[in-house]
Amino acid sequence: MLDIDTITKTFAGAPAVREATFTVQRGELVCLLGPSGCGKSTLLRVISGLTDADSGQIRIEGADVTAMQANRRPTAMVFQSHALWSHMTVAQNVGFGLRVRGMPRAQIAAKIADVLDLVGLSSFGKRLPAELSGGQAQRVALARCLVVEPKILLMDEPFSALDAHLRKALREELKALQRRSGLTTIFVTHDQEEAMELADRIVVMQAGRVEQFGPPGRLYRQPQTLAVAQFIGVMNTCTTAIQDGMARWYGVDVRAAMPPGEAVVLCRPEDLYLDPNGAAATVTRVIDLGPVTKVNLITPEGDLLTWTCARDLAPVQGALVRLMARHLHVFRGGNLVGRIEQPDLVFQEGAMT
Amino acid sequence: MKRSPIGGLLILGSMALAMIGPIATVILWAFAIKWRYPHLLPTEWGMKYWFAMLGRETVITPVLTSLALTSISTTAAAVICWPAAYAFARLKFPGRQVMLFSFIAAQAVPKFALYVSIAVVFLRLGLVGNFWGVVVVQMLSAVLFMIWIPTAAFRGIPPALEEAAFDLGASRLRVFVQITLPQALPALAASYVLAFVSILFEVDGALLIGAPTVTTMPLLLMSLSAQIIVQEAAVLCVLIWVPCFIVLLLTRRFMTAKGIAQGFGV
Repeated sequence: MLDIDTITKTFAGAPAVREATFTVQRGELVCLLGPSGCGKSTLLRVISGLTDADSGQIRIEGADVTAMQANRRPTAMVFQSHALWSHMTVAQNVGFGLRVRGMPRAQIAAKIADVLDLVGLSSFGKRLPAELSGGQAQRVALARCLVVEPKILLMDEPFSALDAHLRKALREELKALQRRSGLTTIFVTHDQEEAMELADRIVVMQAGRVEQFGPPGRLYRQPQTLAVAQFIGVMNTCTTAIQDGMARWYGVDVRAAMPPGEAVVLCRPEDLYLDPNGAAATVTRVIDLGPVTKVNLITPEGDLLTWTCARDLAPVQGALVRLMARHLHVFRGGNLVGRIEQPDLVFQEGAMT
Repeated sequence: MKRSPIGGLLILGSMALAMIGPIATVILWAFAIKWRYPHLLPTEWGMKYWFAMLGRETVITPVLTSLALTSISTTAAAVICWPAAYAFARLKFPGRQVMLFSFIAAQAVPKFALYVSIAVVFLRLGLVGNFWGVVVVQMLSAVLFMIWIPTAAFRGIPPALEEAAFDLGASRLRVFVQITLPQALPALAASYVLAFVSILFEVDGALLIGAPTVTTMPLLLMSLSAQIIVQEAAVLCVLIWVPCFIVLLLTRRFMTAKGIAQGFGV
C-alpha cells in the first residue's frame, strides 16, 4: 500500500531522516515512535508531500508520488495543533476539502453531516473553532481529513496537547474508527504507551534512522537494537566483558556462549526473580504501584537496579536480596548479538551467604 | 480586600477627556459663530462657516484632490506591499532582514531631505506638479505601515493552517485567498487605516512634489492658518477628520484587539 524507500532528508546539513525504508499494508495502523527530534514528524511530512525528501522514493499503491505536491497526494494529515481555520465554522472547516474538489453543495452538506455524526459532533456544525474544547477541535480536524476519503491518513501527535484521560478516550475511539473503516493510518507519537495501544506495527526511530519495525509485543520482548531496548519500557543495563564464554553480570558469572569482548547486557525489571545464587543488591526503595510493586536496588559496586514483582514478594527497604534474570539481552555496538534464556548460573565461591 | 474602582475610573475618565476633549473642541468650533470667554459653550451656533468654506472652489478642489490621492495611494500601496509582506514573512531569501530593516532606516532619514532628492528625479520625469507624482511619493510614506504590520501578521499565522489547506488539495493561490488573507484581515485593516490617515495628513511630499498645481487639504490648512479664523480652520479639520472616521468604521468590523496586537507583533 505504502512503500517508504530509502528516504533521506537533511536540514541545513543535519540529517533528519536517514535511509528510512519500510512498507505499510492496506488497512494497517502504523505508529512512528521515537524521542523528539528523531525525525518521525519529518518523515510524516515527507509522506504527506509537505516536505520534499532529498533522496528516496514514496510509493502509494505502487505509484511513485515522490515528485507530487501535497495537494495532489491521496493523503490527509491531522496536525498536532489541530490547525482549524478560526474564521470558518466547523461545517465550513470540514467541507473545505470537498469545496476544493468542486463537489456540488447539496452533496457537500450531506457528507459534512455524515462525517460529523461519525466523530460524534453532529450538532456542532455551526460553531466556530474557538467555541470547541481541545478534544472536540481534534475530532473536527480528523473529520476534515476523513471527509475527503484519503487513501492514507496521517496523524502528527494529534492527542499530545490533551490531558491524559481525554487522550486515552480519543485513542480508543480512533482505534475503533480505524478498525471499522479499514483506513491505512500512520500515527506519529513519542508516547510509547500510546503507540503500543494503537498500533498494529510500530516503527521505532532514533536519530533519523529506522531502528526496528514490528508488532508492539515483539519490540518489547525482542528488541533488535540497544536504542529500541532502552527506549521501549525499562531495562536494567549492565556493561560488561565477555570472556571464555562467560559474562560478569552484577557480580555473578553467567554462561554466555559468545565471542569475547565488550558487551551490554540488559534485562527487564519483571524478568528478575529471587535466587540464592543471584546478584546481591540492597533495597533502597519499595514503591507499591497497585498491580505490581517496584523495587529499587543498589549493588555493592554501585549499579542501580529496578525489579518489579508481586506485592507479597516485595522485600523491605534496606534488605539484602539476591536476584537472577530469566532472560538477558546481549548487545554489541548497539545491535543485538544474542539472548541468554534462563541463564546458567556459574557457582561462585562465597556466593552463598 | 476588594479594590475600589474609583481610581481606575478616574484614570479612564482623564484619558477619555485628554483624547476626546481636543476633538470635541474642534467640532464645537466648527459649528460656532460666537464663542468668547468665559462661556463654556458657544453663545451663537450656525453653519455659516461651513457654507462659506464649502462655497469656495479653493476649498472644494483640495478636499476632492486629497480624497482621491489618499484612496489611490493607500490602495496601491496595499496591492504592492501586502504580497511583499507575505514574502517577507514566509519566504527565506538572502538580505531579508536587511531589507526589512531598511524600511525603518528610511524612516529615520529626515523626510524632507528624501523628498528633495526624489523631486530632482521627478522633475526630469515631468512628475513634479503632477497628481500621479504625488500619488507615488505619498505611497512611500505608507510603506512602513504596509510592510511591517502585515509582515508581523502573516508571520503570526501558524504555517500549519496553510499546510492543512494545501494538504487537503487547495492550490497555493486558494490557500492565500481563503486561509491566509482572512486570518490576517484584522491586522491588514489596521495597516490600511494607519496608512490612510498618515497619507491624508502628509505634508512634505505633497508640498515638494505637488506644489503649486496639486493642493491637498493639509496644504490648504497650512496656507489658511496664516489668515487665522478659528472657525474656518475647525471646519477644515472636521472635513479631514470625517474620511478617516469613515475608513475606521468600515474596517472596524475586521479589527479586533487581538488581531491588531498580532499585527504589531505583540
